[in-house]
Amino acid sequence: MSLWSRISNAVRGERLNREIEEELQSHIEEAIASGRDPREARRAFGSALRAREASHSIRVAGWLESLLADVRFGWRQLCRNKVTSVAAVLSLALGIGSCVAAFRLIDALLWRPLPISNPSKLYVLSRKMIGLYGKPAEDSYWATPDFNLMRDAAKDQADLIAISDADRTDITWSTDDDMEKAHVVYVSGNMFPVFGLEPTLGRLLAPADDRGPGASPYAVLSWDYWNHRFGRDPHILGRLLHIGDQTFEIIGVGPRDFTGTETGTITDIFLPLNMNSFATQDNMMWHRSFLMLKPGLNPATALEPLRQHLSAVSRAFEAELSKHFSGMPQTFIDRFLNKKLVFYPAGAGISDLQKDYRRSLAILGLLASLVLLIACVNVANMMTAQAAARAQEMALRISIGAGRRRLVQLILCQSALLALLASALGAFFAAWSAPFVLSRVNPPDDPARLALTADWRVLLFGVGLMILIVLFLGLLPALRVSAVRPVVALKGGEDPHAPRRLMRGAIALQVAFCFLVLFLSSLFVTSFQRLQNRPLGFSTDRLLLLETVADKGQLPVIWNQTAEALRAVPGVNSVAISGWPLLGRIKINSEISINGAPPSPTSAWFLNVSPGWLSTMKIPLVAGRDFNPEDTSPGAAIVNETFAKTFFPGQDAIGRTFARGSNQPPYKIVAVTPDVPYSDLREPSRPVFYAPFDEIDHKSAPSTVDFATFVLHTGAQNPLALADSLRQLIAQRHNGLRVSNVTTQLDLVRDQTVRERLIAMLAAFFAVVALLLAGIGLYAVLNYSVLQRRREIGIRIAIGSTRAGIVRIVTLDVFLMIALGGCAGAALGFGAARYVASLFYQVKATDTDMIALPALAILLTTLVATLPAVLRALRTDPTVILRSE
Amino acid sequence: MAKNDSLQGSLDLLVLKILSRRPRLHGYAIMAAIASTSGDVLHAEEGSLYPALYRMEEAGWIRAEWIKKDSGRRARIYELTAAGKKQLGTAESRWQSVSLAINRVLREA
Repeated sequence: MSLWSRISNAVRGERLNREIEEELQSHIEEAIASGRDPREARRAFGSALRAREASHSIRVAGWLESLLADVRFGWRQLCRNKVTSVAAVLSLALGIGSCVAAFRLIDALLWRPLPISNPSKLYVLSRKMIGLYGKPAEDSYWATPDFNLMRDAAKDQADLIAISDADRTDITWSTDDDMEKAHVVYVSGNMFPVFGLEPTLGRLLAPADDRGPGASPYAVLSWDYWNHRFGRDPHILGRLLHIGDQTFEIIGVGPRDFTGTETGTITDIFLPLNMNSFATQDNMMWHRSFLMLKPGLNPATALEPLRQHLSAVSRAFEAELSKHFSGMPQTFIDRFLNKKLVFYPAGAGISDLQKDYRRSLAILGLLASLVLLIACVNVANMMTAQAAARAQEMALRISIGAGRRRLVQLILCQSALLALLASALGAFFAAWSAPFVLSRVNPPDDPARLALTADWRVLLFGVGLMILIVLFLGLLPALRVSAVRPVVALKGGEDPHAPRRLMRGAIALQVAFCFLVLFLSSLFVTSFQRLQNRPLGFSTDRLLLLETVADKGQLPVIWNQTAEALRAVPGVNSVAISGWPLLGRIKINSEISINGAPPSPTSAWFLNVSPGWLSTMKIPLVAGRDFNPEDTSPGAAIVNETFAKTFFPGQDAIGRTFARGSNQPPYKIVAVTPDVPYSDLREPSRPVFYAPFDEIDHKSAPSTVDFATFVLHTGAQNPLALADSLRQLIAQRHNGLRVSNVTTQLDLVRDQTVRERLIAMLAAFFAVVALLLAGIGLYAVLNYSVLQRRREIGIRIAIGSTRAGIVRIVTLDVFLMIALGGCAGAALGFGAARYVASLFYQVKATDTDMIALPALAILLTTLVATLPAVLRALRTDPTVILRSE
Repeated sequence: MAKNDSLQGSLDLLVLKILSRRPRLHGYAIMAAIASTSGDVLHAEEGSLYPALYRMEEAGWIRAEWIKKDSGRRARIYELTAAGKKQLGTAESRWQSVSLAINRVLREA
């Protein structure tokens, strides 16, 4: 109460003084009114000024009052150098905003605990193994029967929870015509209770919903989905939801902030695990397994025995499973069984997005903090220069009795003002930029979604950052000022070179950071360019893709008839069918067995394509012929060159046969094509074979196809213009075919480079900002140094120094500093590049042009930035200088 | 500081006592009351009365408010708070024991 009144009094100091004055005045009037002599009364009262001063200091928080005075003074200082102050605030704001935005993204994706009870006791089960190409790999997906065994084995120490990844599924609420997409997740019934979640509406899934396959046709909506799809309709319970041929009843809505365990994707609908037909299949590994340690168990001691126990259980299950692998070489089975079960903390959720973006975001954070550091060095330099200019004023203040603490406070106030203004601006920048970056993380049709709330975590980070900046900016000048010896300073300055030495060190630091930013940026930008300009081997021009499903399966002849109907549409040049698009989400591999031998250790990827697919995609033939309508799978095959080289080295592949495993019907190779990227632009070429779209079973009868993609080459520049009419055309045929997704081949290729594009864009942005800031910093320091040394330069010119000599003394030490900083930056760059090498494509940190490029950019910037100062030095007129001194 | 404290201590005690008997007095009235009740023996130094009043106000022993006097001018009047009553009690008993002790010393000597 009293502290508060003293604080508020400090803010309204003038009014307080008037009140005190008024009360003292009324005292004297009272005395006069009671009959005393006015002069005697005034004398008895004593010094009114002293009474007022004493009263004032009692009623006011003195520290605050002086602080306010310092803030006012700092503000006036900033206003005096408007341009530099605005530049300082803007550059700091950019740095702070970038850092806070990076923190928001990193925190939301990687650190923020899930809104569940005991997130720190949640783990995810994974297996380390040797992957397809002999590299270490991880498998985090589990078969439900295996999961069930482990759940029962662990039930005394932990709850095991099965959760599938969110799948963007076609759903409908009424008829087939109103198909829409929703992220559907299958969960075991214990998820909601173990996570301690309460329903917003109705009830949540419970362990009872885990009974037999297909026995619990119930669905729970996430709060987010209920909100944006149904506007929080309270009558949602009991409504029916159709997925394929299944129908689910809505039984409840989840808690408000729980959006699933897959960070980066917001789950719309939760379904019981056992409602998915995969749940009964021993060899279908399709969901993740989480482990919640029971309360009271210490993770440090309880986890390892549990891991060994579960490992044994799972291994026994898979050993049993592997007995049914017929005709597999023993190395296959060994690799299948030789896995190591591991637990990873999953308190922040688990998603592929985290895996894909962990390093990218770390780089983003690094670049942002480097830019902030460069900006800070700039501003610190500015403050040092100003402090040096104020050395006499400070000396004067000290000699008339200012405490050194008060002087430090004065300087810190000014840097705090700068930081505060910059933070306010930076907060706006972060509020805009974090969602902006996030919206570019995934392809536009299925964006990544994170809860980017501005909560106390972000606030704490921001305030911490600000305090660091205040100290960084203010501490050095403050300490210098408080060390001022008035006698020396008033006599004309002690060591005039001291601030310059400090600023030169700052330049080296700045150049090092700037080099690091430029170096990393050039690596990322080049990676992206090389990836984007990678020769595809097929044309993406005007290719429309209709990803089509037949919920109950449909014979190839129906698919072919539909393709024929599409061919008749004006504006469509050619139509082909493939099982799925190249560079899409689907990739399937197959064992390859030559001449009935056991499968070779290398497997091949495959794709079913109709006749004319190669020509529609503009993939040429190296040799042989395209499929014709009579070709079936198995029967004929077209292989790529890597396939031919891998399985038929040094031979002509055409006419040879292979099978998809021993004792399988043979494929006869009818053509060879060049390599084209199959599912990933970054991967080296893999063996790929194309099989005819028309599949037959072992009795030579045609088998049905559940899904395929129509590939259309259109006449229009924008193939999507035709999409709606083509979708309707297929729907109107009522033959069980339905377009599930429309895209273009160009978009699929672009989606491959989303992450690289994002990093390259941000890196280029930070590189430009860093270069600009470093240039400004350099210019300011040199300019200041020339101004400081104009006496010396004037004398040098007067006694006959050459122009070259003047240029040398002005720039030599700066260039030394730049060289030093550049070397330090390169060393830092190599270290950082090693950490993110996995993000590069066909670029190495040791490539000469990767070092030459940033070096050149810095050199150019240096030249531009030093030019004005050098000219100023050369133009120095010794007579003017010497006369003015 | 210590010397001041003892002086202030007695001034504080007097002001609190006066205000406990007669609430809502302004500064001059408090001073006049100290003089008249002490039989014109004790005179508070007028200039130091107000800093003392403010200090006690900040300590929460007394509270002040502005009133309009008949003359039309404003006056700031003071009254005791609950904390002030408690403080008066402790200050009074401390004073009693101190003066008792001093008296005993004077008698012995």
